[in-house]
Amino acid sequence: MEKLVCVLCPMGCKIKYEAVDGKIVSVEGNRCPRGIAYLEDELKEPKRIVPTSVKVLNGEMPLVSVKTSKPIPKRLIPQFMDLIKKVEVQAPVNVGDVIVRNVLNSGADVVATRSVKRIGSA
Amino acid sequence: MKTDVLVIGAGAAGMAAAIAAAKNGLKVIVAERDEVTGGILNQCIHNGFGLHYFKEELTGPEYAERFRERLSEYTDAIQVLTDCHVLKLNRDKKALLVSPRGVFELETKVVIYAAGARERPFGSLMIPGDRPSGIFTAGVAQRLMNIDNRKIGNRALIVGSGDIGMIMARRLTLEGTEVVGVVERLPYPGGLLRNVIQCLKDFDIPLYLSSTVVEVRGKERLEEVVVANVDEHFKPIPGTEKIFKVDTLVLSVGLIPQVEMLDGLVSLDARTRGIACSSTGQSSCEWIFAAGNCTAIFDLVDYVTREGERAGEYASRYVVGERFTRNVPIVPGENVMLTFPNSYSDVDDLTLYVRCRKPMEKAVLKVGSFERVFEDLIPSEMIVVRVPKQKLMGLDRIEVTLAEV
Repeated sequence: MEKLVCVLCPMGCKIKYEAVDGKIVSVEGNRCPRGIAYLEDELKEPKRIVPTSVKVLNGEMPLVSVKTSKPIPKRLIPQFMDLIKKVEVQAPVNVGDVIVRNVLNSGADVVATRSVKRIGSA
Repeated sequence: MKTDVLVIGAGAAGMAAAIAAAKNGLKVIVAERDEVTGGILNQCIHNGFGLHYFKEELTGPEYAERFRERLSEYTDAIQVLTDCHVLKLNRDKKALLVSPRGVFELETKVVIYAAGARERPFGSLMIPGDRPSGIFTAGVAQRLMNIDNRKIGNRALIVGSGDIGMIMARRLTLEGTEVVGVVERLPYPGGLLRNVIQCLKDFDIPLYLSSTVVEVRGKERLEEVVVANVDEHFKPIPGTEKIFKVDTLVLSVGLIPQVEMLDGLVSLDARTRGIACSSTGQSSCEWIFAAGNCTAIFDLVDYVTREGERAGEYASRYVVGERFTRNVPIVPGENVMLTFPNSYSDVDDLTLYVRCRKPMEKAVLKVGSFERVFEDLIPSEMIVVRVPKQKLMGLDRIEVTLAEV
């Protein structure tokens, strides 16, 4: 049996599994069904949610925190960071606003995780 | 000014406590020294929050925003004073507050203290060597990068493998600072395993276990950090020194409950170093309740929220005249490093938080006549368990033990 820690949530389930030719034949230890999806991805194409931030123009803060709306392939992370460094948005920004749609064709959007008011607005 | 409830601190615990008290029909004033509510959540832009409480995964700012919205639903009952610092709390239930509008006095019936924690500072580590610039605690590094948009250095070493340290290792890497390693004096990682994977392994950042920093060197800016292996008593082993050429050192060496304001008013717990509390959140001073990281350091903000709600609920019941008398001490026993709360009042079942002393594959947790088996225990992952009231009846001391099986 192979062992793997699910990183999808702070529970950090220790998943024990057996795989033959990349196919999972038995799984135990996952406390929710997301664990199986994680395991499948981990064997095929590891994916991660990427939290970071982008520049805000005319905002009350210099940055707005963002995340990918769902996990993106791990191998895309360096490319993702290069792209995100060049992104700038105009304040105001609200939680949930889409900053970049379908980033790097991953199917995930980059969404704002905080609200930033425009300078001088009440 | 007069109020029913004064909440000190508008982080996760304070916001939850204020809402709970407002729901009970009380008038609440929340004093927050920062310009915004949300506390440290605002700078924790990583995901992993809210899974227990909201049943979905949020980032820190998102979690804070949800509570900010909830707070705003109670504007009739709750007044939030930001940029407002409580200077002093007196025995006569009067607080002295200061804000840009001036200094003023506030009279309250009850206080819910939710001031959170501080980071253990570099000075307390007694590391020999120079004192150049380039040494940051993880939380300060986080604030500089995530709020103020500052890059803190080019090549960094991290001391301590706590969650914040590992998360900052990833953050620094993503932002173009090379992280040469994480140094941990224990033989196992100090934070969650998921963070070892997604913050270190994903980026090939080495984790040096059973190692410690023995010297820092640098004139103006940090230049070198000397790391050595340690024996089982954490004593550096001569001849094992390694030199890391870095300009930045980030410390993730623990949080300390912030208790100074209540000095002399309430008892502290020697293990948690926080405010000693009953299962109702009540401190040794009956009109002061406390919740969150100022009582004990919690793993998850979800737990902090729940404790804030609990303190808010019982503090409200205290204001309208209820008294919680039976307080049975809860004491850590075999293989248990610490427990929270520190005593039990039998008004409800007991939600107990336990940190084990060492990693264990399988152990039986015993609390009174309650028993449950847990697997894969490590000190950095808190056990949370609800112990039914009936299992604790008639005890005059509740010992919590973990027997390895």
